[in-house]
Amino acid sequence: MATQSIGGRPSGVDSLTLGGLLAALALVAIFAAARAVEPLFQFHAYVFLAGFALGILGLVLGARAGQSDETRYNEAIVRAGVVASMFWGVVGLLVGVVIACQLAWPSIFYFDDYGFLNFGRLRPLHTSAVIFAFGGNVLLCTSFYVVQRTCKARLAGGVWPWFVFWGYQLFIVIAATGYVTGVTQSREYAEPEWYADLWLTLVWVAYLLVFLGTIWKRKEPHIYVANWFYLAFIVTVAMLHIVNNLAMPASFAGTRSYSLFSGVQDALTQWWYGHNAVGFFLTAGFLAIMYYFVPKRAERPVYSYRLSIIHFWALIFTYIWAGPHHLHYTALPQWAQTLGMTFSIMLWMPSWGGMINGLMTLSGAWDKLRTDPVLRMLVVSVAFYGMSTFEGPVMSIRAVNALSHYTDWTIGHVHSGALGWVGYVSFGALYCLVPWLWKRQQLYSLKLVEWHFWVSTIGILFYIVAMWVSGITQGLMWRAYNDLGVLQFSFVETVEQMHIYYVIRVLGGALYLSGALIMAYNLWRTARGDVAAEKTKDSVAIAPQSGVIQAAE
Amino acid sequence: MSKTKNRPVDEISGTETTGHLWDGITELDTPLPRWWLILLYASIVWALIYWVFMPALPLLTSYTPGLRNHSDRANVARDLAALEARRAPFADKLQNASLTEIESDPSLQEFALAAGASVFGDNCATCHGSGAAGAKGFPNLNDDVWLWGGSLDEIAHTLKVGIRSTHPETRYSAMPAYGRDGLLTPEQIQDVTEHVLKLSGQDHDAGAAGRGQATFLEQCSACHGETGLGDRLQGAPRLNDADWLYGGSREEIRAQITNAQAGVMPAWEARLTPAMLKAVAVYVHARGGGE
Repeated sequence: MATQSIGGRPSGVDSLTLGGLLAALALVAIFAAARAVEPLFQFHAYVFLAGFALGILGLVLGARAGQSDETRYNEAIVRAGVVASMFWGVVGLLVGVVIACQLAWPSIFYFDDYGFLNFGRLRPLHTSAVIFAFGGNVLLCTSFYVVQRTCKARLAGGVWPWFVFWGYQLFIVIAATGYVTGVTQSREYAEPEWYADLWLTLVWVAYLLVFLGTIWKRKEPHIYVANWFYLAFIVTVAMLHIVNNLAMPASFAGTRSYSLFSGVQDALTQWWYGHNAVGFFLTAGFLAIMYYFVPKRAERPVYSYRLSIIHFWALIFTYIWAGPHHLHYTALPQWAQTLGMTFSIMLWMPSWGGMINGLMTLSGAWDKLRTDPVLRMLVVSVAFYGMSTFEGPVMSIRAVNALSHYTDWTIGHVHSGALGWVGYVSFGALYCLVPWLWKRQQLYSLKLVEWHFWVSTIGILFYIVAMWVSGITQGLMWRAYNDLGVLQFSFVETVEQMHIYYVIRVLGGALYLSGALIMAYNLWRTARGDVAAEKTKDSVAIAPQSGVIQAAE
Repeated sequence: MSKTKNRPVDEISGTETTGHLWDGITELDTPLPRWWLILLYASIVWALIYWVFMPALPLLTSYTPGLRNHSDRANVARDLAALEARRAPFADKLQNASLTEIESDPSLQEFALAAGASVFGDNCATCHGSGAAGAKGFPNLNDDVWLWGGSLDEIAHTLKVGIRSTHPETRYSAMPAYGRDGLLTPEQIQDVTEHVLKLSGQDHDAGAAGRGQATFLEQCSACHGETGLGDRLQGAPRLNDADWLYGGSREEIRAQITNAQAGVMPAWEARLTPAMLKAVAVYVHARGGGE
């Protein structure tokens, strides 16, 4: 087949094309650095240049190490992704705790002389680090693992998967250094400027081709449900990213650009993007993780094939319409608000279809929740998914939104999804992957997983309960009128009221971060091959999976 | 999904699998949960009904307004009118009431103070502080020191037109930046500083203050008065007391003579209704320093 020629055969075509691309891009970076109209753009040009140079160096060293072996899975890239995920996860959570402190104690954590450490700079750093750096790397490495195993084929594209991996890390570095130095286009979750966006587009198209190429050369007759979800995630995120970032650079040698949209169209494009970043990045992609790792860990069949088909298509079709619910009671025409709200309600069952399929896969294996904290983490993540996909439609109802919008309730909602669902399903997958990838019989310590589970669960509960109380308090205080027809509270009084909840949030976030640190330690010891002396042995069948591609069954 | 071939059956659930196998993972052919399907259809039916009653579908140049003819814009206008109506009995009276009239009508005074506190909290507290105690560069409204006058009418007028604002009748004063613009030499500024320290009864260099007096009389007294009494007509601060807008230390006084900071207060006439303007004036007047 034609695509097998890019399947990493010892032709070296893949290395040559990539090397050529990197060399050409390095020239562009040199030119950009020379013609830069501002220091920050020049700085970023140098960062790109360093990235391209390291890429070429890596290619040369990698070519010496020999060609890829088509009879084996590409596990090295998944290992790299696991390490990157854990690293960015800890960074992102740490920044989260810092900005939570800034909100709780603004005068203590205000750094007059270090502007880059202030809330406005660190907040996008936190959101992007946890969503795109942590979540993105988890999606990259699990998708590369799952697509190979369920297609019984080595990752397509030879060295190109490595371009995807390192290209994505380069994007993260460009984005993060931009945030702290003030390079931003001020679009939530899409802050990186035009040149970073172009680079990500290139990386993402390569990702899509690698993924499609692997599916193309699969040795299984059917495509597994997890791969549908991964594919939906990759394709839709490409579309969202390109449309929302359509912009005209003020100068092709400078950082600044201007959006193609203006006014309410701009707002709607942004929230069409923003909501579907939740829908396709944080939901579809992580449902794919659920569909592989839950049945694998529980050693049970997926509950319902039919439900997986129906809820997949319902989810894909419905999610894309729900964005306007972020713009209730704004300049957005009311008919668009209506559509956003009603589609959000209709999204409830398609979301729950995924939850049912995840939870019910446990039927016949519920007893394992008692002994296997990794499986428990995966299952609790699905429960959080169910909770936040119920809360979301409720909050999208205009009358509810009138109270909840702009308050901490929104923050609490996001974090029950992010910490509970995305975080836990990722942690569960990483706990499964490390022994598999490093060929260990078991995790270093299940007791530490227990600690991680309980510490972070308590952390999540502190976080979301504090934000519920704080958000509803805020909403009620803002709208309170007294008998004389004047506002009961001034804004600053509502801020004062939030203090204690913000302190509780810091505590919750710190607990969650502690859990992640325990996990990082546990995974590191596992990779080293250590086994803790403890009574509870890892009784779950997570025997190392052979890296050799088996014949199709 | 018809039950055709001999597909394997999962022993625990007794359900057939689809016969597919991926990396050890199989799938049961469980039918859709009934309650799930019913709720899915119900949410769709509910959405369709909602579309019939509410603005929902875009047309070429307009949209379907729905049977309820619901309009957020109309609702906002209605709610605001209702709020005004609720305030009206007091608001109308307050607009033209004099201080004595307000003070002699407890319910009117209660309304004015409540409304004033509300307006103050969301508009004025940002600069003057939530307790109106001010800060360096932002006058304290709780004391009896007033730049432009502390009677109810004077406060109301300051609120209405602002200070150095864009209002055509804004209150305006400008102190020259004697150092920055080279109007006085650093030595002269030093001497005037000592003289101002002397006027305010602080420790000072008597010799320098003596030299500075002539400069003060020539340059400063037209506004601040010969003894530093200040002049409310021009908004010139009193210098012979212990109250300072930009600080009363030697360094701070010298800095002010050199660079002449001047704050801006917005004009609120266009942003608040006359009644709310009056209410916040009453509130500020009642803070303790009202004249």
